[in-house]
This record gives sequence, structure tokens and C-alpha cells, in this order.
Amino acid sequence: MPPFVYHALVGFIVLNAVIGMVTYVTLLERKFAARMQSRIGPYYVGPHGLLQPIADAIKLMLKEDVVPTLADRWVYNLAPLVFLVPCILIFATIPFAPGLGVADLNIGVLFFLAVSSLEIVGLFMGGWGSNNKYALLSAMRAVNQIISYDLPFIFAALVPVVLAGSLQMSAIVEAQRGLWFVGAWYVLGPLAFLAFLVATLAAENRVPFDILEAESELVAGFRVEYSGMKFSLIMLGEYAHMIGTSFLGALLFLGGWLGPGPEWLGPVWFLLKALFVFLVVTWVRWSFVRIRVDQILAISWKLLLPLTLLLLMVTAFLVAWSAGGA
Amino acid sequence: MASTATTQTVEIGYGGNERLIMNMGPQHPSAHGVFRAILTLEGETVVAVDAVIGYLHRCHEKLAENLTYVQYPTIASKTDYVSAMTAELAYVASVEKVGKIDVPKRAQYLRVLVAELQRIASHCLWLGTWCMDMGGALGGGATIFLYAIRERELILDLFEALTGARLLYGFHQIGGVRYDVPAGWAERCRQTVDLIERRVAEYEAMLEGNAFFLVRTQGVGVVSRELALDVGVCGPLIRGSGVGYDVRRAEPYSSYQDFQFTVPVETAGDCFARYRVRMVEFRESIKIVRQVLDGLPEGPISSRPGVKSVGQVRIPKGEGYTRVEGARGELGCYVVADGGAKPYRLKWRGASFCNLAVLPHIIPGHKVADVVAIMGSVDPVFGEVDR
Repeated sequence: MPPFVYHALVGFIVLNAVIGMVTYVTLLERKFAARMQSRIGPYYVGPHGLLQPIADAIKLMLKEDVVPTLADRWVYNLAPLVFLVPCILIFATIPFAPGLGVADLNIGVLFFLAVSSLEIVGLFMGGWGSNNKYALLSAMRAVNQIISYDLPFIFAALVPVVLAGSLQMSAIVEAQRGLWFVGAWYVLGPLAFLAFLVATLAAENRVPFDILEAESELVAGFRVEYSGMKFSLIMLGEYAHMIGTSFLGALLFLGGWLGPGPEWLGPVWFLLKALFVFLVVTWVRWSFVRIRVDQILAISWKLLLPLTLLLLMVTAFLVAWSAGGA
Repeated sequence: MASTATTQTVEIGYGGNERLIMNMGPQHPSAHGVFRAILTLEGETVVAVDAVIGYLHRCHEKLAENLTYVQYPTIASKTDYVSAMTAELAYVASVEKVGKIDVPKRAQYLRVLVAELQRIASHCLWLGTWCMDMGGALGGGATIFLYAIRERELILDLFEALTGARLLYGFHQIGGVRYDVPAGWAERCRQTVDLIERRVAEYEAMLEGNAFFLVRTQGVGVVSRELALDVGVCGPLIRGSGVGYDVRRAEPYSSYQDFQFTVPVETAGDCFARYRVRMVEFRESIKIVRQVLDGLPEGPISSRPGVKSVGQVRIPKGEGYTRVEGARGELGCYVVADGGAKPYRLKWRGASFCNLAVLPHIIPGHKVADVVAIMGSVDPVFGEVDR
């Protein structure tokens, strides 16, 4: 098989797996939230509501696509795609097992971080193009928030990179054989993981940092004017980004596919760890209230950024010191 | 505070014309009914707010002139549909005052009982919706909302067993109440309030142990003592601003003087203070409910016979005003009788209406997200505002 066919094939499989997973992760989240709120959740479509995501997808595809008269049509129509592509693209560098992935780049983590922050372009285009005040306000908040939280997010994600001494995802996982980075250097690993989780919440625009959506004041934020398939593309992008970041967290801190049992169990372990990260994020979402935009910025610049920077410096120092000592 | 009559504006650093006029409502996820706030924004900061009300106007006062004293109590509950029991009570108490009609002790106690249960139910709904305003329907706020609704449901079940209705009851009638407690109801009521008392502690743990909740509520929407007195707010708002005014204590009606309870007062005047006041009121209401159940006297439940015709109650010429402490504050009803079977004129003094007037004074200078938090902490019910 020529390499490009192989890569195209793997890419196709991963893309479809991601989309399938996104649909079903919504069901997982709804069931989990229902459990927290002493409800049952989706129940009627299929056994225990198992076909609910498919019904939702069909409903969204069949819905009328409304474009506001005064919208900036080009920007408005393009925004969901511009938003979706980076969110799906981040899966390109994630290896699901040794050698099983689209591209295990030697700058994998860098690629991931760079591409995942591109989503802001689509977000702002959506907010601007809708010609709606709620959407505009939400887009302005989005720029504020994503710029503020990308730095702590990157710094937290760089701690494992420094520990492993490589930007390649598979090398980072292999470096965790023996001890996952979440337990590295006593408190350093857990703190970095915690900072990563908080920054993840903000970078994904989840409660308590979901000021972009903020339906209690901005109705639905930047996507208030989107309907039908465009809306579902945006939702797909959001969830894909969330799952992608969960995979990244599992890779960087929880040892990726490492786990007991035979080697072919690796992807299963990886999936379970990623879902664990996802459920932690969901758990936070359903138990906190949203905070205000100025408070979000204050948390980022006054607390999270110095903390992650300090963590990164301490890590670098410890790595250099232990390398020199050995 | 001489300048409180005009809308307060706050000057923000950057001048120019970068102001954005944004409508919040009348159809809005957190508008608690149909309320329209026209916000003038500079960036994220609100510099002015215009409140537009009247979308839910149903000619309630005119309606009262066309319905007899027997008919109107069931309609009176629709002014404040979230706490229908106290709205009915305000009307019948006012008519009884004009007509000098006695109410038997047992009926008075039953009125207190349902009023306090209603206060608990209303505060449950308030807590849920207010948290949803701040936390989002797709976030932690919804969790509290569903918990609170679950408890409100228990009280509605009690009301259903008592009156057959869940939202608008028609429990009160001129001279007493319409229904007596059924067998086994008192025991069920005790169990319910015991359960709710435990659950209220759970809410407090979930909210007050949450730093995000505290930063969203503390120091937000401060109503100073002077402003509270000037604007004439009432209920939890004025008690959250350091004035211990409660109609149940200031002018006891329906035998409230027989019961031991404290009127919670907080001095901070912010959203958190109002929240604390209501959380304490949960417990005080539960205390009163227990006292009523313990000391419920025997006897008739009404000084008048049951309903035989809609025109059977005739009130001699006169006028009178009665106020009760509803869940949202002082709810008053002014009745002018002309000797017939219908009032000549009726005027409602809605607590939400008076409380809402404080919004233009406290919202300017806050962020957009605070607007919904402040509005929710005022707890307006637009049936009562627009009538």
C-alpha cells in the first residue's frame, strides 16, 4: 500500500471515529448530567435513549437554515467551517496507540496547541458576521478569553514536554513508562495537571468559563443566529475540541495508552483515560455557576499565568538539575 | 439621595460614541416572564438601564370590579402566580376588614400554614431560577434549579391534597378558608418540611462552599439602606439592606403574633445578603409551619356558610387596605365597597412592582452578566408587576 493511501485511509477512519464519538459523547454528558440532577436523561429513542444522538443529528440536518437578512453572508456562512476545521485537525497528531495515528509529528504538541487556538478565528467570524448584538458581544468576549487562557494552557501543556524532553506525542507517552507525569516530582505533576484542567475548561468555553455562550445574558452568544446544519457544525467543532483536549490531557499527564494488560488493550486504556478527563470537565460544568468576564481575566492573568510559568521554570530547573546530577 | 429620581449614569474612561444599545427581553431566557430592559453598554459595562413593563397586563383591578367577592379570590391568586396563597389572603383579608367579618381561629391558623408553605415553595423557585440566571441552563445553575424544583414539587403535592389544585388554589374565602386539612395530611406535612430543612442545608453547602458563587454575588447589586428606604422596596430586599421590616412582625395579621419566629436581617445589601435572608426565611417558615401544626385549634374553618350563590357576600359601604407579607414582600390590597356584591374599586400594591423600581439605581456600573444576577436577586414575578 503506498504511504499516501495509507495516510488517507487512516485519516478517513479517524475523522469518522471522531464524528461518531462526538455524537455519542453528547449522550454520555447528558446521561451524566441527568444522574447529577436526579433525572433520567434521554430515554425514549432506542433502549435507554441510545439512539438519541442519531435522532438529534437527523433533526438538525432536516431543520431550516435561516440566514439573517442583514448578516455578512460570506463571513456568516464560512464561519462554521473555519471553526470546525481546526477542531477536527487537532486529532491528526494524536497517536491512539504506538504507530496508530494520522501523523506522529516530531512537533506534535506544538502543532496541537497552535491549531487548537485557531478556532478563535471561526468564532469571531461567526459573532461578527451574524450582525447581532449578542453575538458581537460574545465574539469580543471570546477574543479576550482565548488570548488570556491560551498562555496558561500552553505553559501547563509544556510541563510534560520538558519532563519528557520531546515534543513528539509518542515519545512523551513512552517517557511516562513507570510513572505518569501526573505523579511526577511530588506536587509538581498534580499541580500542572490541575492547571491544565482549569485552562482546558476555559479554552473549551465550558462552565464556569462559558461566557461566550452565556445564555442567561447573551442568549446563545456567537451562535445565536445559526440554525440547522451550521449550528450542528459549530456544536460538532466544540465537542471535537473538547474531546481532542481530553485526549491531549490523557496523553500528557495520564500515560496515554500505557496500562496493565496486553499491548492491544492500549487504545482502550487511552480512550478510558480521555473519557475520565472529559467526565471531570463535565462534572465541573454541572456543579459550578458561571463567572464574570472580568473575573475570568483576573483569574487568568493574576493566578493561572504566573502559576503555570513558575511550574514550567521549576520543571526545567529540576530536569536540568537531575540530568546534571546523574 | 435626592437625585434618585433620575437614572444614574456612570462615566467610563474612554469617551466617544462606542455605546451599544441592547435589548434584554421581552423574550429572553432570563427575563423571568416578560420584562424588557433596554441596556446601554460601553463594552461590557452597563451605563444605563430602562425598564419596560406591562407586557403581562391583564386588567386585574378592572376584573375585580366585575367579579363578586365570592368569585374573585380564585382570580386574585393569578396576580402573583408563584405565591398564589398570599395573594388570595391579601384580598380576602382586605374584604374582611371592610366588611368587619370575623375569621375563626382555626381558619387563621390554616391561613398562616398555607402562607408559610407557599413562601417555602416560592423561595425554592426563586433559588432555582436565580442560580440558573448565573450558572446557565446548561451548567451548575440548572443542577440547583432541578434540586429546588424537586422540593417545590413536594409542597405542591401537599397543596394538591389540600385543595385539589397545584398552582392557583382558591383556598381562601371571605370569612375563612374553603377546605380543612384531610386525614394524615399534617403528618405528611411534617415529613415534608423535615426533608426540606435538610435539603436547604445541602443547597447552602453547595453554593456557599463555591468560590465562584461567592464572587458572583458578594458586593454585586448593593442596595444601601438609604436607597432601600427611599425607593420603598420591601420583603427580602429591604431586610437584606439592614432594615428589619416585616409585615408579619410590624402589623401582625391572621394570628401571626401567636408564633415565634425571627426576622432575618443582613446589612451588606448585595445579592448575597438577599440570598442569605431568603435562606434563613426557609428555616423560619418551617419553624412556623411546625408551630401551626402543633397548636392547630379545633373549631369551624369559616364564619360564613359555604358558597351557595356567587352574589351571597355583600359588603357594606366602606374602604380598607390590608397588607400581608408575601414571599416577595409587602403585598397590599385596597378595596372600596359600595354595599353591593362586587367591590367598587380595587387596587393592588404588588411587592415585585415596588422592588423592580430599584433596578435602574443599582444596575448602572455593573457588567452585563451582573444584570441577570441582580434582576434574579430581586425576584420579580411579572404577573404581580403588570397585573
